Amino acid sequence: MLLRAVALTAAIVATPSLASADARSESKSQVEFGIKVAQNGLWKEATYRWEKAVQLDPTYAEAWNNLAVGYEHDGRFEDAENAYQKALKLDPKNIAIRTNYDLFKEIHDRTKRRRDR
Amino acid sequence: MTARNVAAIASLALVCASGCTNLYEVPVETPIQAKLDVGPFRRVLVAGFIAGGTDDVDGNLETVRLLRSQLRSKTNLRVIEAEVLPLVELAGEQAAKNASTPEPVAIAPVVDPNAPPATTPAIPATPPAGATEEPKATANKDAATVRSRKDVEKFERIFADAAFWKKLGEEYESPLIVTGTVMFTPQQTAGFVNQQREVYDNLGRRQVIPVRTYMERKGFVLEPKFVFIDGRTGATIYSETYRRERLYNSNQTTPALASYFELMDELLPDFLGALSTQKIRGSRFLLR
Repeated sequence: MLLRAVALTAAIVATPSLASADARSESKSQVEFGIKVAQNGLWKEATYRWEKAVQLDPTYAEAWNNLAVGYEHDGRFEDAENAYQKALKLDPKNIAIRTNYDLFKEIHDRTKRRRDR
Repeated sequence: MTARNVAAIASLALVCASGCTNLYEVPVETPIQAKLDVGPFRRVLVAGFIAGGTDDVDGNLETVRLLRSQLRSKTNLRVIEAEVLPLVELAGEQAAKNASTPEPVAIAPVVDPNAPPATTPAIPATPPAGATEEPKATANKDAATVRSRKDVEKFERIFADAAFWKKLGEEYESPLIVTGTVMFTPQQTAGFVNQQREVYDNLGRRQVIPVRTYMERKGFVLEPKFVFIDGRTGATIYSETYRRERLYNSNQTTPALASYFELMDELLPDFLGALSTQKIRGSRFLLR
């Protein structure tokens, strides 16, 4: 009886982490597919994959970074800004995300200044 | 790209070279939307500029030539090859006529598009009968000399003359008209500037240290104002002003024209960005 209770508790505790592992794994495969198609210039498809990836796992900083790059390539600056911010919030020490964001900011700020003039 | 970004990319590239498999550098083209909707226009006329500041560069002619060639190669608009308007003279004459009789100002005639571009500006107004040409020409020249920003202001009213631009537009099938002012002025300064100096210590190690040095420098300031006019109505639809400065060591001799092109090169992406979507090429890192 005691054993059965312990097993049940363990199963309840393990289920969400298994689910999140599944989500990360599925998300990761979307990210990888997105990278492949982006390297072949299919940015719309890549962006779609990365959007799916962040839906599956909203804590995946790398997916948010890629999504931001996809949005930037599409000229969707506000969306790119939000996606970069989320990526940096999740992984503030990631130098690649920071570099991408700095490069993006340079263009985005210049565009904003021009628009405001 | 800032020095900080270059350094960050270099360090990332170094990390990647040492075997990272989760990082992919990809080329990206970031589109910058045009500020103007040029949809209604298929043709563009770079008419002429009120130029001044120095005699070393014909700011009107050079700016017209440069903008036409850039528009031809970097936009889908058809560039009209017409004679360059001597806008300073036209604006001066217009002001004088407005003061006496309110007659419309004559406009340079349409030229054969197959003919080579003209290098000398047309003189649209004929002198009145009986007038002695020599003194009038000298007087016009003096009146039309633009040396400072203040001089430019005297002529700037021409941009608000919708009838003038509409008439010009009618001659060229209602194109988008590009005009404005170009001040290209010599500049001379003296003072302390920050410089980087290489030094080697006793062990032969290289160091770069900041040094403040007193320097006399000379160069040029370029202040263009681009005015975009709707050739159908003569109304100004957009205008933008820039200022760029380039100073050289005083013992360095840089021709004025070379400096003019250096400065214009910096402005051209912004100018073109007003008319067409520009793509900024760069690279980003995709992560796994």
